Amino acid sequence: MTDLVRPERFFADRFNVTPSLMEKVLGGALKGRVDDADIYLEYRINEELSLEEGAVKKASRHVSQGAGVRAQAGTRTGYAHTDDITIRNLEDAARQARAIADRATATAALATAGAGKPHDLYSLDEAPVATDLARRLDLLHKVDAAARAADPRIKQVFASVGSEEVVTLVATMTGWTVGDVRPLTRLNVTTIAEENGRREIGTYGGGGRVRFDYFLEQERWKRFATEAARQATLKLSAVDTPAGSMTVVLGPGWPGILLHEAVGHGLEGDFNRKEVSAFSGRIGQKVASELVTVVDDGTIPNRRGSLNVDDEGTPTGRAVLIERGILRGYLQDKLNARLMGMSPTGNGRRESYAHPPLPRMTNTFMLAGDDDPTDILKSVKSGLYAVAFSGGQVDITNGNFVFSASEAYLIEDGKITKPVKGATLIGNGPDAMTKVTRVGHDLELDEGIGTCGKDGQSVPVGVGLPTIRIDGMTVGGTAV
Amino acid sequence: MSAGLLSDVLKRAVARGATAADGFLVEERSFSALVRLGQVDTVSHADERRLSLRVFVGQASAAASTSDLSRESLERVVDEATALARITATDPHAGLPEPDALIHGLPDLDLDDPTGHDLAPEAKIELARRAEDAARSADPRITNSEGADFFDRQARYAYATSHGFEREYPTSSFRISASPVASRDGSMQRDSWYSMTRKRARLDDPESIGRIAAERAVRRLGARKVKTAEVPVIFDPENAASLLRALAGAASGPTLYRRASFLLDRLGSRIASPKVTVVDDGTLQGALGSRPFDGEGLATKRTVLVRDGVLESYLLDSYSARKLGMTSTHHAVRDGAGVGVSTSNLVLQPGTQSPEELIRSVKSGLYVTELIGFGVNGVTGDYSRGAAGLWIENGELSYPVEEVTVAGNLLKMFDAVEGIGNDLVMRDRTVSPTLLIGRMVVAGN
Repeated sequence: MTDLVRPERFFADRFNVTPSLMEKVLGGALKGRVDDADIYLEYRINEELSLEEGAVKKASRHVSQGAGVRAQAGTRTGYAHTDDITIRNLEDAARQARAIADRATATAALATAGAGKPHDLYSLDEAPVATDLARRLDLLHKVDAAARAADPRIKQVFASVGSEEVVTLVATMTGWTVGDVRPLTRLNVTTIAEENGRREIGTYGGGGRVRFDYFLEQERWKRFATEAARQATLKLSAVDTPAGSMTVVLGPGWPGILLHEAVGHGLEGDFNRKEVSAFSGRIGQKVASELVTVVDDGTIPNRRGSLNVDDEGTPTGRAVLIERGILRGYLQDKLNARLMGMSPTGNGRRESYAHPPLPRMTNTFMLAGDDDPTDILKSVKSGLYAVAFSGGQVDITNGNFVFSASEAYLIEDGKITKPVKGATLIGNGPDAMTKVTRVGHDLELDEGIGTCGKDGQSVPVGVGLPTIRIDGMTVGGTAV
Repeated sequence: MSAGLLSDVLKRAVARGATAADGFLVEERSFSALVRLGQVDTVSHADERRLSLRVFVGQASAAASTSDLSRESLERVVDEATALARITATDPHAGLPEPDALIHGLPDLDLDDPTGHDLAPEAKIELARRAEDAARSADPRITNSEGADFFDRQARYAYATSHGFEREYPTSSFRISASPVASRDGSMQRDSWYSMTRKRARLDDPESIGRIAAERAVRRLGARKVKTAEVPVIFDPENAASLLRALAGAASGPTLYRRASFLLDRLGSRIASPKVTVVDDGTLQGALGSRPFDGEGLATKRTVLVRDGVLESYLLDSYSARKLGMTSTHHAVRDGAGVGVSTSNLVLQPGTQSPEELIRSVKSGLYVTELIGFGVNGVTGDYSRGAAGLWIENGELSYPVEEVTVAGNLLKMFDAVEGIGNDLVMRDRTVSPTLLIGRMVVAGN
């Protein structure tokens, strides 16, 4: 059970800021003059240990704290933040925020009171930041040895373990106060392989809102290390990637970044309220093959993208974005939900107290289909099989998206043959999803490495995908 | 004041057993206003400070940072950093630069504009509103907008070492940008334009920013894919600059000693066409990337990275320099985890041809106005990114193109530079003129 009292007590003890004082700030400065207002308090500890050349030579610890005050009227938002949490500063920030917001005519649609119980998705008996440093150091050394042992061509190993804890407390004008304590950890392994003057890089990792021991269970650390080594050495023999339009099969798990770029961003409430998304006004329309059902689910226990409540205090949920090819819904924060006459979906997120919330994804994935993954590969005469990606980006207005394969192979006569060099895949969101012709029964979520950027704000996210076949994607290779 | 706080922190570190320490303090105030469809959308005020500290215990080190500058918190940070430094491995290359290498005096690079910030929020909002109005009224096909914004930031950077060195300097920056949306036949295109300066008076006028943003959005309407082909590719100045950033990344010390760079062992050899000269100069008066000293207190200077196609220098902080058996090029910057390397004002020296002449020299090829995605492999130089732009047909920009990729290898691309424009404008920290690359693979249908 999440200790919901803990954030309240934490901020009261440390900064003498209590929910009732926060309510007073909101009531005194803002009530009756704006549509909605909230105060967000945050305290964050972040530690990172990193190994290179066989030794942990870098260790760092970062503490940040602050408060953000937001006032909204109509479509206007006033936001002010301070890294010095005192009631006086909160009052100043509230005045600054109001100065902007209350020049607008408040709309008739008033914010609704916070509703629903927060989840309890990541209560841990030991926070990752509390784990003995010696145990973390030891793990990095084991990772180093395992990656080097995996292949003699591995010449460099970099490994890092990051641990974080964020304590938040949100108080809204409607009298709703809710806190959260969010652990997060990640183990990352990068290797460089060298052979005959050719060098290649491999990266693997994972984590979540889990204990440090997660890395020891099922020897995950070892799998991460050997995977990073395998990717680097594999690429030493990679051939040029073909260029042009071809059939693409995506492996399960992390390739779900396709959905994040092709579908997810375009369905965020702000872009649709402003009607600048390629998906604007298309709810109820067919935007994908009927094999495709896509959801965003912030309630999966211990996942990197999960949250008990979002950064506006709304409990997260499971939003169906596309159901059997039909566009069903958007991802909403409170502001955009209010202006569109919809309900918040628990997707109001922010990087830190220094940023106002935006509608963001949590864990975005496609539901499993009926096909056997090997049958899907066998069905392709000639194409590309991509299983690992390094990142992606989308232009939400015209719908064009890219994602870059870091591990991919040629498919020839239904068989996986040569590995190819990394290449960018490009498509158009509402169009690409209509070309999905096979969906496997092997849905997997990613290992817990995703970070999403929007308007300069980064937040941890997850993705997932079964094996799928897309008929006709443009592959940015060099072999013409 | 700032430096005083830092030296107190460093004294405590030494008292706790640190053999040396240095610290960087950034204090900043910023304001941003977004206007959308003529109405104020979001206004943000920020007031932030962050102290970062690096502590050495013998040859072992650790880093820490905090946004809480209360005495109690600073004491805790020092204690934790010193404790962390005791568990890290010793490293013969660790350490501060020699005290006598540090900057003497402090050059005035004219980086701040104290009165520039004295503008009422209403007046700042008005500048954004004018940019958006200009964008929306520039063309009937501009039907929507993601808004226009005004941003200004006033910052003070202080650096100190436990040897008693202390310096600080103020900076200002100002930016106006606009992002209009054009539409035709149910399809939309967005583009943007901006102006960024250290002096408010030097900002481009909001009307021209809005107008250029609108032109950029409108010219993308009706974009289509093209057939896959190997053709000449021209990068406009904005996108050519991204190639320089990739080059600088590969030339930076940390990627080199990690053997994760395609420029490894290439110092002194030809890595680009003889037409290519790239200079990093942190001493330019009033420029966006200028700084009097780097993140380790070393005086900023002018470094020729590539001269006539030959790689002449790497970009090093003192740690990566020692690892490589070289000396620092004074490119250290502080990041959360300690010290990294970054360019200051990175410039590809202009050529003699106008952009129009470069375009006229291409029979059939792509003029790139936007790149998306992260398809650059810094270890091999392999390059593959999403692109949009205009197709060049018989020396003329003929129709807009989208949903294609451009691919090659950075070393081959720099070697294949066939033309460099004369249109260099110092509008950002990394700038390039228009760049013509002889052959790249454009993938489409």
